[in-house]
Amino acid sequence: MSLLHTIETGLRSLLGHRLRSVLTTLGILFGVAAVIATVGIGQASSDSVTARITSLGTNLLTISAGSSVSAGVFGGAGSANTLTMADVSGLQDRQSAPDIEAVAPVSQGRASLVSASGNWSTTVSGSTTDWLITNTRTLSTGTFLTANDSKTRAQVIVLGPTTATNLGVGVGDLVMVKQIPFEVVGILAATGSQGFGNQDDLAVVPITTAQDELFGGGSSVQRILLSATSPGTIGSAYLEATQILLQTHHISDPSQSDFSITTQTQVLSTAQAVTQTLTILLASVAAISLLVGGIGVMNIMLVSVTERTSEIGLRKALGATPGDLFRQFVIEAGVLTAVGGLLGVATGFAVGYVVPRAANIAVTITPLPVLSAVGVAVAVGLIFGVYPALRAARLAPIEALRAQ
Amino acid sequence: MQTDNLIQIESVTKVYGTGDAAVAALRDFSLTVTTGESLAVMGPSGSGKSTLMNILGCLDTPSAGSYWFAGQDVSRLNETQLAHVRNRRIGFVFQQFQLLPKLSAWRNVELPLLYRNARDRRSLALHALDQVGLGNRIDHRPNQLSGGQQQRVAIARALVTDPDLILADEPTGNLDSASSRDVLAVLRELNEQGRTIVIITHDPEVAPVAKRTVHMRDGQMVDEVAA
Repeated sequence: MSLLHTIETGLRSLLGHRLRSVLTTLGILFGVAAVIATVGIGQASSDSVTARITSLGTNLLTISAGSSVSAGVFGGAGSANTLTMADVSGLQDRQSAPDIEAVAPVSQGRASLVSASGNWSTTVSGSTTDWLITNTRTLSTGTFLTANDSKTRAQVIVLGPTTATNLGVGVGDLVMVKQIPFEVVGILAATGSQGFGNQDDLAVVPITTAQDELFGGGSSVQRILLSATSPGTIGSAYLEATQILLQTHHISDPSQSDFSITTQTQVLSTAQAVTQTLTILLASVAAISLLVGGIGVMNIMLVSVTERTSEIGLRKALGATPGDLFRQFVIEAGVLTAVGGLLGVATGFAVGYVVPRAANIAVTITPLPVLSAVGVAVAVGLIFGVYPALRAARLAPIEALRAQ
Repeated sequence: MQTDNLIQIESVTKVYGTGDAAVAALRDFSLTVTTGESLAVMGPSGSGKSTLMNILGCLDTPSAGSYWFAGQDVSRLNETQLAHVRNRRIGFVFQQFQLLPKLSAWRNVELPLLYRNARDRRSLALHALDQVGLGNRIDHRPNQLSGGQQQRVAIARALVTDPDLILADEPTGNLDSASSRDVLAVLRELNEQGRTIVIITHDPEVAPVAKRTVHMRDGQMVDEVAA
């Protein structure tokens, strides 16, 4: 029988059982759509995490204080007060640290900011002039903190654009933090970041003011941000910073160090590994639903072969070869899954269009998951169609004719 | 062997099952049918006539013995080769008509032509329906036709490939007597036009249609009558 007639015969029989065909197709449709949508969401969140981390600058190194161990309780990285302003000045020495461009101490906490027209809770960081360099930020209006501001414990504040908008303040206005008045001296340029860890919603004050007036802690700092002179000198900057800190902390064994230095690349690869794992997890669940859809196809094809035993017998008597019948049933299974796969792609794209608008979740659809989902769907259909088709092809014509 | 023998079965045995459960449905059975002949095979149920029909129709192969059909040894062919022989040389008529309910009369008649990729299928099918007197029923579905008409559609389907042999298995088993006469008249007419016909039946009223009748019992021929 020609391929065209085989396909026509297959379509005719599928249309003869419309509801059954539609339900079977749905199983594949949802499987494919789920794969596309979940991989799309995973891809988008991976992209946004990567963008957020690289926006901080790939030259960045972060020094965190080592963990405190009091009475055997591990306090976690950064819980010990081992980093001080003395470390900051040590790292600023161009002689021993030629590859470090900028050094910015950070002590931060959450605080409520109150202006004449409103109040807003945000992250307030105490830092120095170099914060602008290490965080690769620029100002939209006003000036940033000066060296003099740190010396004089000036009550000045620089706001992120979102923060300034929410407080309804501009340069020259007053903002109360913990009942202490600060003068707004500058507004940062927007980075466009959103959601958790928003880089446009923050406030920066002089490190000395933060230590003495807001968070306490004497001269200790939570973290020190370092900027290497170029992405190529991160390695040597890392070594120089380690050397200086081991020296100033009087530690001879590097394994006993009371601080840790992470590069932005490490953070990036960790974050990417996490989002990738999540994406794989989600996609596996979706792939299982695709498999279940495939089993549905096989189930319905087995029912179809059983139901049409006498038709198969008749076709054999009229001269259908085992090959003819095998092809007919495989094509039926293939059509079911191909239609389900294509509709699944359409549904996946629809989800990719609707979800970002309805739930503010980004979805990035790339060709690979689309093609592989359809490929897997068709492969599943053919594989699961083979067994029922073999059963049809192997039926003995006499027995098949007798079944009535 | 002689060339005008369409069917030549020699010492055919067909055994179903193995060991103690083995049953010989045909035992050392021999039969010759010449081209243009009409033959009725009669016998009670269990006599082996269905087994004979399966072997004659190339639906099954003998356990032992040889079967020459139209000059070809078909007893050793594989399934695909047997399918080709059935498609090109044999037309079947079944007791249950075996029409596909969703196809119109002419689409049912067309079916065997699809398995040989024939051209002009529609005109061949219409011609076959004309021959059985159903030229005005070509678009009717089987459920819109009477039993006799359905069996005539089935005969048209058997005829459409211009086969060497028409093999009818209890062709009137599901029909009333008027329809039976109708169908038998069509079969007789086909034979008079020179087509070889073998009818398997247990109905004594059917046998006289054929010029020769063989009686079977326990897998063997017990009596042969020429009409």
